[in-house]
Formats: sequence, structure tokens, C-alpha cells
Amino acid sequence: MHYPFEVPAIEDDASLQNRSYAAKKLDMTGITLPTELVPNWKEEALKIFAELLEHYKDLRVFMDSCVRCGNCATACQFYLGTGDPKNMPVARAELLRKVYRKYFTAAGKLFSNAENAVELTEEVLEEWSTYFYQCSECRRCAVFCPYGIDTGQITMAAREIMSRIGVATKYVTEVVHKVYQSGNNLGIWPLAWKDSCEFLEEELKEIYGKNIPLPVDEKGAEVLLVAPSADNFVNVNTMMGYAVMFYAAGISWTTSTYCDEGGNFGMFLNYFNQKRTNQRIVKAGKELGVKRIIWGECGHAWRAGYAFTNTFNEDMGDFDPPYPKHICEFTYDLMKNGAFKLDKSGNDDVKVTYHDPCNVARATNATLRMGMFEWPREMIRNTCNNFVEMHKDTIREKTYCCGAGGGLLADELMPLRMAGGRPRAEACRAAGANYLATPCAICKANLPLVMEHWKVPAEVGGVHDLFMKALIL
Amino acid sequence: MNLPAILFSVLGWVTIVLFTGGLIYRIYIYAKTPMPLKIPVNTPPTMPGVVGSMAIEVTLFRKLFKTNLLLWFGSWVFHVALLLVVLRHLRFFFYPVPGLVMFFYTIRIYAGYAMLIALVFLLARRLVSERNAYVSLPIDYYMLFLLIGIAASGLWMNYHERIYLVDVKAFILGLFSFSLNAPDMEPVLVVHLLLVFTLFAYFPFSKLLHAPGVFFSPTMIQRNDIEKWRKVNPWDYDVPGEPFYTWENFDEKRVDKHPDGIVYPPGWERKVEYHKYKKGE
Repeated sequence: MHYPFEVPAIEDDASLQNRSYAAKKLDMTGITLPTELVPNWKEEALKIFAELLEHYKDLRVFMDSCVRCGNCATACQFYLGTGDPKNMPVARAELLRKVYRKYFTAAGKLFSNAENAVELTEEVLEEWSTYFYQCSECRRCAVFCPYGIDTGQITMAAREIMSRIGVATKYVTEVVHKVYQSGNNLGIWPLAWKDSCEFLEEELKEIYGKNIPLPVDEKGAEVLLVAPSADNFVNVNTMMGYAVMFYAAGISWTTSTYCDEGGNFGMFLNYFNQKRTNQRIVKAGKELGVKRIIWGECGHAWRAGYAFTNTFNEDMGDFDPPYPKHICEFTYDLMKNGAFKLDKSGNDDVKVTYHDPCNVARATNATLRMGMFEWPREMIRNTCNNFVEMHKDTIREKTYCCGAGGGLLADELMPLRMAGGRPRAEACRAAGANYLATPCAICKANLPLVMEHWKVPAEVGGVHDLFMKALIL
Repeated sequence: MNLPAILFSVLGWVTIVLFTGGLIYRIYIYAKTPMPLKIPVNTPPTMPGVVGSMAIEVTLFRKLFKTNLLLWFGSWVFHVALLLVVLRHLRFFFYPVPGLVMFFYTIRIYAGYAMLIALVFLLARRLVSERNAYVSLPIDYYMLFLLIGIAASGLWMNYHERIYLVDVKAFILGLFSFSLNAPDMEPVLVVHLLLVFTLFAYFPFSKLLHAPGVFFSPTMIQRNDIEKWRKVNPWDYDVPGEPFYTWENFDEKRVDKHPDGIVYPPGWERKVEYHKYKKGE
């Protein structure tokens, strides 16, 4: 196994201080969760745990199957970054498993010392709220585990238990609440969104001298684009890339102010909010009467969209295709059919490498012959002359997380984010690239800081940024 | 008929009941529990593909081979040796012995040595590496000691203290036909049998459940065919949604009076003012 840097020795509680702020009462009310720790939290938590065990086959099997072989230990970027032993996926899962053994297995009840079965106490809850919010649910450990144990799913279960007894973090709950208020994670209200789109239209007019539209709430458009809201606000080059692509292909499209966000932070909290957030997308598509919904460049948005949309929504029958489609697939298809005139020399100033976002690489149809591993890479190969890959153990299904997925993109977790992003930064340095392309808004938010922190001279941007620079209108 | 013989037979029956009953119950629980969502990790899209990849996984331990060669070596050698040893023991369970079982008997005793060496390697691995020592629980060591004990006592009987096997076979067949035939109580045989009983009785309550568990692991057995079928969640429930709005009628459809009681943060009035200002009201 290749590691971008030396694997650290274990150091107890090295990452204990990286704790998120507790959720605000306002947000917890807004997303129908208890505002503070419920009085009989212990019974309540065990009741929810029992319910989850009956509802989730994965949790049931993963609780029993682990043999603690330790193969996943060095797979986690947060362990590699911090050296805290509880950040090893197996140890993280043990935090939940030791309580499971105490209350749900005969052996744990009889031999609690040998089996390390412990009661659910406040210290244990404290550990849960610290270390389950140091996992980005990136599923890298599931690739290494011989039984496919996905610690991301265990983290989700733990977070569901915690959130329903009133323990959650400020960042995640705030974001989910904002979605219900304003339609997106950043809390951009509809007119501000429209304003921002008009600003980008002016910008595009300056660049190309043409009226390239960024339509908002247009009924009867062909495509509804559900991009991460950060694309309209921070990574504007990506947003302009989409606009230019649709313009060049001559396809009518729109964004919706009801749902101008692909990201689903409900996934990092509980089933209820995950489903509620997801349903907004299909509702927006139906109300606007679009022919198809296309997901923008976002990592966990694509997982929540691709893998879960047809479970959360009864009927996707009106759309063509009746399953989620990714913008990279859409652009790649058009490109293959010769819809664009591309000039690779537009990107000669950069040496590009491609970072697979964790949720795109391991949660979707990426491994198929033509999947999310190949579409963005083909796009880059067709728009850039200088494309290098990072080490094979750090890309594709073994890709590292940027260090801030799973609701960790909070300012108070900055040391953890820098530590978790280090493997990616070092792999990029070794590849010698000066531009890291990635189709994920959270990667684009965290990796520039990571690159700066570890002094890797690389810029971070989207795949459609490169596409726009190579496209000749 | 003596007391140890009765005791041994009773232990044997308890073990058989605990092992089969516990295992069937566990598998029933695994099979019964629904999987609400699609969570495959890069599995093939078709059923034959998944069956094929699982077959490779459980026979060759591909994931370990691709990520950790030393661990692959230790665990694969151990499991294959264990399988051969179990097959070799099948002759104790049949009378007359079928031809196929006789074929397995021709497998030499080397499998026992391989198993012992692999177990010692797996134990050393836990002790040597700081990380593995951290995650290992006492039960992990007990389990390895148990298996080492079984392998060692078995090998000892094979080379140093030959047992009258016809008696042993009569005892095992007796367990299944509910008759009491105990063999001569050679100490090493007693140890061997007790350890085996412990292992089997503890099987359905321990981490050894990884053997049936791997066949129920959703990340490995789910097909990657999200585009073809709608995955239905059997315990799904309805969740509230917010009324649809566009940027023009956002003010009327705002969710601050929503039945779910969404509460607006302080300062939201200013945002409304801004909206009115932008719309020229």
C-alpha cells in the first residue's frame, strides 16, 4: 500500500479538541429535532438504536461482522492526518459497537470485560459526539474491509441516534435549516440568487460579447440544473462553465430558487431530513415542467441524488431519463457527438490532475465501463494538453476525502480539516500538478486552504472551468 | 457407562443446539432485516456479476490481496487450511464413509501445520503492530488461543499420542443418534474436544459471525443497478414538504407560517425588506 507520507504513530486523544459547536435551538426546532438533550436520553437512545437495528441490514451485519483485523486503520485520512487512534475506522465503529454488545448481544452481557461491552454513559455520548463528527462518511474504509463494513453507515446511524436525542452540530443543522428557508445551503434568498445570476450574465457578456443566459425559474425549460449553491456564489467559474456549455449546445435550461442546491446535509443528520431535502429537487422539477434534472458538480449531492432519489420519491416517471443524470455525463455525451469546438491550448498554462470526490467515486456507478471515473477524465483529456494522474492508490475507488466532507466544513474544525486534507495535498505535490480539478463544491471549498496550509503550489477548480477555457464559441 | 461419558455427550448436545440454533437464528435475523437504501461500493451491475465477485471475494480474499499482502497471506492460509482440516474430519461423521469424503482424507496432515503457523502469524501481527494492539480486544486473543489450542492438540494426537479413532467415531455418531458412546478419556483428546465444543458453542455469539455476515453485507451484495429499478424502502414514511415558490412569489409562499413551525433567524425581516426593495415595491 502506498501512503503519501509516513503513517503516524498512535497518540491518544490527539484529536479530542476538534469538536464542533453544539446546534442552536433555533435550527433544531426548524428541522423538527429536540432542542436540547432529552431528559431520559439513555432509554431514548437505546430505543432508537434498537429501531435502527431492525430497520437497517447494514447496521445489523456491520455490528456483528468486524474481526478487528486492522486493515482499515491506515485507510482513513483523518487517522493519517491526526494520529488519533479513535480515528481509525475500526476504533470509530467500536465506539458504537461496544454499546451494541452491552445491550443487544448475549455474549456482551455475560462477558463484558473480554468483549469490551460498556454501558451508555455520558462519557460515551461525549466520545460519540466528538469522533462521529470527525468522520466524513467518505467510505474509503469500505474498500479496504474484507467484509465491506462501511464505517460511514455506522457514523450515519450514530448521528441519527444522537440527533434524535438532541445532540447535533451547529454547522450541519444550520445548513439543513437554511435549505428549508431559502432553498440552498448558503441561505441565499431567491432575489439574491437572481441577482447573482444576472451578475454572471454581465460577466459572460464582457468575456464573450454574447448574451449567454443563466435562467432562473423558467417554466418549461428542457433541463433543471441542480448545482451546489456555492457554484453561484464562490466557484463562479464552474457556474459560468455550465452556462457556456448549455449555450454552445443550444439547450434551454434553468435553475430553481426553490431548489438551487444539490447538496443534501440531511444525509449527515438523519433519515427524516435527508428525505425532506431530497424531495425538494423532484418537486422543483415537476413544478417547473422540465424534461430532465441534471445534478451539478457536487460530491455528496451526487450520492444523495443518484443512489437515493428514486427511493425517496415515488415517481420519477416524467423525466427522461427517470433517474438522476450528472452534468459531466451530459457534457461528455455532447462532446463525444461533436457538439463543441474545443481548443486544448486554452489550458496550456496549467498542469492538471483529477481528484475523485469521495462520494462520487465510491457511492455511484463509477466503476462501470463508462462511469464517473471516466466521464470527467475524458472531459479533461479533451480540454487539456497536460494531464497527469496522482499515485494509483490515491485515486479512483481509493481516493482520499478532501478532509471536510460529511458536515465537517465548519470553521471550528479547521485543524482537523487541514490534517484530513494532507494525504490529498501530498499526493498532488508528488504528481507535480499545479491545477487540481474536482467536481465537488466541498472539495473546492476545503482543498485551496489545505494546499495553502501544506504549501502545495496548486490551484483548485472545477472540471467545467477547464471546459469553459477550452471552448470556442 | 460412566459419568464422564454422560457429561461429554451432554456437552456435545448443548454445543450442537447452541451452534445450529444460534446460527439459524442469526441468519434469519440478517435475512429478515430490510435494507432501505442502495449503498453498494463499486459492485457489478448484474446479479451474475455480483455472484462472481462475491465468489472471488470469499475464496481468494481479493480485497485483502489488493490492499495488504501480509494480512492476506496469514488469513487466506489459515482459512484454506481450516477448510481442509474440516473436510478431513468429515470421515468421523459418516458411516459408511462416502467416496468423496475418502478423497478429502487423502489430503495430508500438512494442512494442520499450515493452520498452526498461520494462527501464530495472526497472533504475532496483533501483538507487534501498535495499531493492531490498540484495536484488539481480549476476546480476539482468546479466540486465537482457542484455535491454536485446537490445532496443537489435534497435531499432538496425530504424532505423539495415537488415539483409538473407532471409539471417537462411535462417540460422534452417537451424538447424532442420541446414544451414549464415550471414547477413552485420553487427556489430549479431552482438551481437543472441549476446545472444539467451546468454539462451536461460541460461534453464533461472536465475531465469527463474519462468516455468514459477509454474504449479507449490503455494500458487497447489492447490485449497482440504481438506474434500472426503483429501490423501495419497506418502512418508509412520509415527510412534510415546503410549498413550491419561484422568485416572484417567494414572499407569499414563505415558510415562516409553515405548519411545521419553521422559525426564522433574527434579522430575517431585513431580508424581506431587501426583497421588496429589489422588486420595486
